[in-house]
Amino acid sequence: MVEITSINGPIVNARYENEYPLMNEYVYVGKKELIGEIIRVTKDEITIQVYEDTTSLKLKENVKLTSSLLSAYLAPGILGSVYDGIQRNLFNLEERVVRGAKSFPLNMEKKYYFKPSVKNGEYIKRGQIIGLVEDNNFIYKILSEFEGKIEDLKEGDFNIKEIIARVGENSVRMLTKRPLRITNKIKRIPLDEPLITGQRIIDFMFPISKGGSASIPGGFGTGKTVLQQTLAKYCNADVIIYIGCGERGNEMTEILEEFPKLVDPRNKQPLMNRTVLIANTSDMPVSARESSIYLGITIGEYFRDMGYSVALMADSTSRWAEAMRELSSRMGELPMEEGYPADVSSKIASIYERAGKIETVNKEIGSLSIIGAVSPAGGDFSEPITMHTKRFTSVFWALDKTLANARFYPAINYLNSYSNYIENLKQWWEKIGNWSEIRQEFNNILSKDEQLQKIVKLLGIQSLPEEEKLTVYIAEIIKEAFLQQNAFDEVDAFCSTEKQMEIAKTILLIFNIFKQGMLQKIPVETLKNQKIINEFIQSKYFIKNDEYEKYEDLREKIKQYYENFIKNYGE
Amino acid sequence: MRIEYEGALEIKGNLLFFETIENVGLNEEVTIRSNEKTLKGIVSSINEKITVIEILGEVYELDLQNIKVEFKYKPVQIPLSEEMSGKVLNSFGESLDNSIINIEKYQNINVGAYNPTRRLYPKDIVKTGFSSIDALNTLIKGQKLPIFALSGLPNDEFVSKLATQIEIEDSVVILGAIGLRHERAEFLINNIVKNNQNVTVFLNLANEPAVNSIVLPRSALTFAEYMAFEKGKNVIVILYDMTNYANALREISAKKEEIPGKKGYPGYMYSDLASIYERAGILKGKNGSITQIPILTLPDDDITHPIPDLTGYITEGQITMDRNLYKKGIFPPVNVLTSLSRLMNSAIDKTHKRFASQLYSSYAKAKKIEMFASIIGEEELSETEKKYLLFSKKFEKEFVNQDIGRTFEETFDKGWELLKLLPESELIRLTDEEIKKYING
Repeated sequence: MVEITSINGPIVNARYENEYPLMNEYVYVGKKELIGEIIRVTKDEITIQVYEDTTSLKLKENVKLTSSLLSAYLAPGILGSVYDGIQRNLFNLEERVVRGAKSFPLNMEKKYYFKPSVKNGEYIKRGQIIGLVEDNNFIYKILSEFEGKIEDLKEGDFNIKEIIARVGENSVRMLTKRPLRITNKIKRIPLDEPLITGQRIIDFMFPISKGGSASIPGGFGTGKTVLQQTLAKYCNADVIIYIGCGERGNEMTEILEEFPKLVDPRNKQPLMNRTVLIANTSDMPVSARESSIYLGITIGEYFRDMGYSVALMADSTSRWAEAMRELSSRMGELPMEEGYPADVSSKIASIYERAGKIETVNKEIGSLSIIGAVSPAGGDFSEPITMHTKRFTSVFWALDKTLANARFYPAINYLNSYSNYIENLKQWWEKIGNWSEIRQEFNNILSKDEQLQKIVKLLGIQSLPEEEKLTVYIAEIIKEAFLQQNAFDEVDAFCSTEKQMEIAKTILLIFNIFKQGMLQKIPVETLKNQKIINEFIQSKYFIKNDEYEKYEDLREKIKQYYENFIKNYGE
Repeated sequence: MRIEYEGALEIKGNLLFFETIENVGLNEEVTIRSNEKTLKGIVSSINEKITVIEILGEVYELDLQNIKVEFKYKPVQIPLSEEMSGKVLNSFGESLDNSIINIEKYQNINVGAYNPTRRLYPKDIVKTGFSSIDALNTLIKGQKLPIFALSGLPNDEFVSKLATQIEIEDSVVILGAIGLRHERAEFLINNIVKNNQNVTVFLNLANEPAVNSIVLPRSALTFAEYMAFEKGKNVIVILYDMTNYANALREISAKKEEIPGKKGYPGYMYSDLASIYERAGILKGKNGSITQIPILTLPDDDITHPIPDLTGYITEGQITMDRNLYKKGIFPPVNVLTSLSRLMNSAIDKTHKRFASQLYSSYAKAKKIEMFASIIGEEELSETEKKYLLFSKKFEKEFVNQDIGRTFEETFDKGWELLKLLPESELIRLTDEEIKKYING
């Protein structure tokens, strides 16, 4: 018997007798069977975090224990789903999310063709593939959760709950369950392959590795969400997990309307077929917001263990941290900085530490990359969540209000941002071109430009010597032609690594030509104000990814134009 | 039969600590009687000994010994009826002129979140008649677009013009006046209602208790949802002033001795504001829509203050005001550079996008040059830079500044005219055809 003794918002206490409640156990609270999780156990009382609105809940109502931890249900068919923070299938819920609503996350009736890839009697390791299932052109690998001899192995059409084999005493089904908060220990391998996002400023300047972790801090209006969505659309991961954690409802709707229409450039399938969306919007109950990130990571790990590359976007982790703050304050815990609980930093670490790249039991490479958006209060990067996130992530894409106000998107500040994966990815990029060198050159120009801008602001560009004007103008070209990228333009929204390299090479060529022109005493301003420069800046909108060879011609054209121009100058 | 309970233990501000009785649920409504007074309240937490009740009303002269509480065993509800349209109502949806309304039904003011899979992404333009909004920060039907007002600026005039200029079919306007001063409320009611019969006002004045300010936007939105999703209207909800709302929230939170977040505002203010703002939008299979325009006065002009900051994270953009423009005599003093409409991109056509982008970047560049000119003097500027200065002046005086509403066409004509002031080589955001057609044509 478990009976409610106090109710304070989503935090409920209950007294128990002759029961054995477990820490983090999943429970049903009250007559409406609101979903909750035990977060404190004392000798005769438990504290429950309720994932739904507790209005009209009364004292003495019962709590039903389930003996099961809060878990994710995993099986074929999960891709394409839209869940709330506790994995209720939102497609099956009402217009408003009513309390106590239940909806099993997966289709239990649908039959999938299971094709075994092992034989009866074989000795199976944990995590070994025992068969394959295809759904929407995606191959799910059914992994054994047990070790032992496989028997009664079947082939044919089964639903996810039917037994398809036996390993020792254990039945094997396509459906499995994993607790959200338990981190399974993994052996990591080096992160030497980039997660290509198609965003020049990311891939070329501040790249993230597959299996890496990145944070995107930015005040409101700096384009965090557009950037997260762009990454979800174009990055070259096999599976995308997108978590709208306490964000706007309309944004999730936008993704829901857009993704089924967009086509994955690599396999021509609707983007939604490789995506799981978790939508726990800002007005949904706060405790489910807290669990949404763990749910996403657990689903991500399911695919990682199959040997796929998974990219997880969480927008935003600040809302997640605020949910923890709200709950801990309701429990009367002692607050730390800005009211956050003392363990907020270790909780942040616990999320990002679940990123990584592994070699699976089946000798395949799987990875989980985690990209978390952070919404710093007041746009202040020194607030606790941004600071702690910075400590536990390897890539930092700092979004900048000034850039966003100038409608410079993605508004990633090219001076404050960094990536710790440059060395890891060098080898990969050098296959396409002189990456390290060009990247370094760009960085030099941009940081020199930044210093000069202070003078320009005070005294005007005319006050600079020609050589320094050159830096300012080239920096301008780098910003306009390379760093700035239009997420709403058909051609420019995604830029292949080859095209990135071609644009970069062209900028360097222009740099060298301008240097020559300077030697002939031609003002840099004159050199820059040629129509052909504008033509080049616009080229990113016209030259398609698969036509990147056209840059060869463009460079030739620029070379000839300036050869003539320099030769005839002053005549 | 009315059952009343005695058992008040303590009154502290608007909180009443009461001995717990059976069967009371969280967030349910109660009626409190003491001597001659009758007040409403809400159950805010329960344990086996004490039930905490938030009192919605003046607590002066409550007598602890004589308090009787009647539990309603249901959450706070307001009456709903089409007859409420055009009336001035209090926080609880009761008509202030005591006119009799045939109530169609009662509805809880707190409701579950909209399922994002049942929303429709907003895509239709709402014309406001203000060029600074229509051209560059277009308002979309179903959007929540706040206005960040500044104290001392003609905010009331702007709000009332906006309310009366807005153009969508079959629309009704609901003004939720939160914690407003008398004069201001009167000005708004007179100016908006005079020009539009379809305005319903929910009124909560500054000297009412803080809890009424918490209830008001939820009542106004409950009525809005009824008009939109049951009666098929396109509803514009103006909530003015959300800063008063947030301060009321802080006041109550402090009295409950909750752990404060930034600047004393409760740690859950984001979720709380979201439960208001997220009640804008369009639903699949329903005709109506709710467009929300919350207005908040920036405390000390500070956009990083928790109220605008949290609002900015939930809403879909913002319209910001500028004190300098006001000093130059520009009305409305909208700073287009720091304003943003997140939903406009999917609603406007390509030419509009490029037009907006060009105006925007030209004005941004002009502002830089202006600052620069103030340091080195205008004489030192290049010819092109001087053209930008002229552009910027005219942009503010002729484009942003306006006495009367403009049609979309008028706004566009003005914009193209202004862009003609700049050298063609500067118009890099436009296509050659657009330059031919609108600049040279």
